[in-house]
Amino acid sequence: MKMVDVKPMNKDYQSSLISLLYQLADDDFILAYRGSEWLGLAPHIEEDVAFSSISQDTMGHAAMFYQLLSDLGEGDVDDLAHARPAKVRKNAILLEMVNGPGHYLSKPSYDWAFAVVRNYFYVQAKKVRMESLKNSSYDPLANAALKVNMELYYHLLHWKTWFVQLMQAGGEARKRMEDAIHRVWDDFAGVLSLGPLGKELATFKIIESENILKGKWKQSMKPVFDSVNLLMPEEFGTQSGDGRKGVHIKDLEDALLTLREVYQTDPAASW
Amino acid sequence: MSDVIFSNQLTEQEKYGHFLKRIEAGEKIEADDWMPDEYRFTLIKLISMHGISEIMGALPEKEWVPKAPSLKRKLGIMAKVQDEMGHGQLLLRVAEDLMKPLGKTREDIMEDLFSGRLKFHNVFHMEAPTWGDAGLIGWLVDGAAIISQTNMLNASYGPYARALKRICAEEVFHAQHGEAIIMALAEGTNEQRTMVQEAVNRWWEALLMFFGPADASTTGTSKQDITIKYRIRTKTNEELRQDFFSKYIPRVLSLGLTLPDETMHFDKEKEVWVYKQPDWNRFKEIIKNNGPKSKDRLELRKTAYIENQWVREALNMAK
Repeated sequence: MKMVDVKPMNKDYQSSLISLLYQLADDDFILAYRGSEWLGLAPHIEEDVAFSSISQDTMGHAAMFYQLLSDLGEGDVDDLAHARPAKVRKNAILLEMVNGPGHYLSKPSYDWAFAVVRNYFYVQAKKVRMESLKNSSYDPLANAALKVNMELYYHLLHWKTWFVQLMQAGGEARKRMEDAIHRVWDDFAGVLSLGPLGKELATFKIIESENILKGKWKQSMKPVFDSVNLLMPEEFGTQSGDGRKGVHIKDLEDALLTLREVYQTDPAASW
Repeated sequence: MSDVIFSNQLTEQEKYGHFLKRIEAGEKIEADDWMPDEYRFTLIKLISMHGISEIMGALPEKEWVPKAPSLKRKLGIMAKVQDEMGHGQLLLRVAEDLMKPLGKTREDIMEDLFSGRLKFHNVFHMEAPTWGDAGLIGWLVDGAAIISQTNMLNASYGPYARALKRICAEEVFHAQHGEAIIMALAEGTNEQRTMVQEAVNRWWEALLMFFGPADASTTGTSKQDITIKYRIRTKTNEELRQDFFSKYIPRVLSLGLTLPDETMHFDKEKEVWVYKQPDWNRFKEIIKNNGPKSKDRLELRKTAYIENQWVREALNMAK
């Protein structure tokens, strides 16, 4: 692993920064994993190519954020990604939820409406964060945000196209989309949350406050919602719990068993 | 355009003669050009099988994408499988153009896959039970694919030749990706070495079958004569298999691995590799969708197709 000189920093500053980096890394890592389960199962072949490209970018972003953590002395990137137990993971619960009933290798009854809504809403939230992080007081993170942000333009365009098209199709598609939207609302506060150190993050100018970011998210989504006759809710929920505090559901435990299956046979080996 | 008007004034026999002259002169045939039915049908069969094999070929590796043991390997295998799907898409587009005059579409290709009329490559019916198999597929299956596809880079059908050019360039990266996984395992712990050796043992027969039988006497049919006649390919199945041996046997052995064929050797006088024939009856069964994983993988593809029916309907409405 490459070693990076990190300037000595205030203890509180460092712990807030680390808490945010875990959120960013774990969010992308688990959603990219869910994306990789869709491989070969998307609605058509063109989508399979596009979706897997997006998942690959997202996994790449996770790797960048884990690297920033590693540079701050948090350990090896592969251990951070594979070995950590569920209770210390900081991703939002919405992102760890299964794609639908069934297994990725057997009878996957995956829900495309849920995939579109979850990804679209998440990518927009991620975009708002990256825009803010471009001005972060922590330069390495500002630099990473700049790179990530460029790819997000395409991800956002992709999911927005699906969202609008399926919302406007009416009939069964509209109904499935609305069901998915309600599921996503129920846990979307978990995605917008900056965790227990949110205030400190804003004070240290690492990222803007949760409220400002939430406002920006709503502002960018409003015209799209208007165009498909969808009302913006006042508040979002954390019905399944707060992932930022290390609370998770069984879906994450199951995912970890799969994604570390080979790694854990010999974590010290070179793969 | 002038070619079309000109062709319209000719008899079928004259058109055929003109067509043969064109391909013998190394000209490329394009989608809208006149072509004999035999040529069209051979290409449709070849290219739709190739395309659908790329897509079905993503499934054995798909098993290992979420499980890849490091971030680097996760990224590598995600990129690789994405490429394979991309190849499938590219090839199906080529096949669709050829099928257009017959009033057939991609839906028909999918239906033919599910009904068993359209076959996919024998290697993708096999099990991939360990991470070693994921590496071996990239290294040797893609390696074999490079050899058989390079053989068609100058195919007389222009759209196929152009698609293959891009595909082969990407396959080279895949083979490197596979080789890197295999090298790490072969240089790793005893368990890791065993993992690779077992994968080689498991895949060897399927790799021999990959190139198809040497001639029609083995399995009753062979399209290789027709594809050579029409300048779609140049080498025979056996020549390709020999090329594969020459390229890969030294590499396999140099990693300290063994081949599960004690008769395998190079006959210096005849300049051919001598090897134990695979069980060609088993081959026939495998490509009839009676291989170890044929049913599971078709079922997976079919489940996704049915689950997403509503999405395709919504998209059709939006058109």
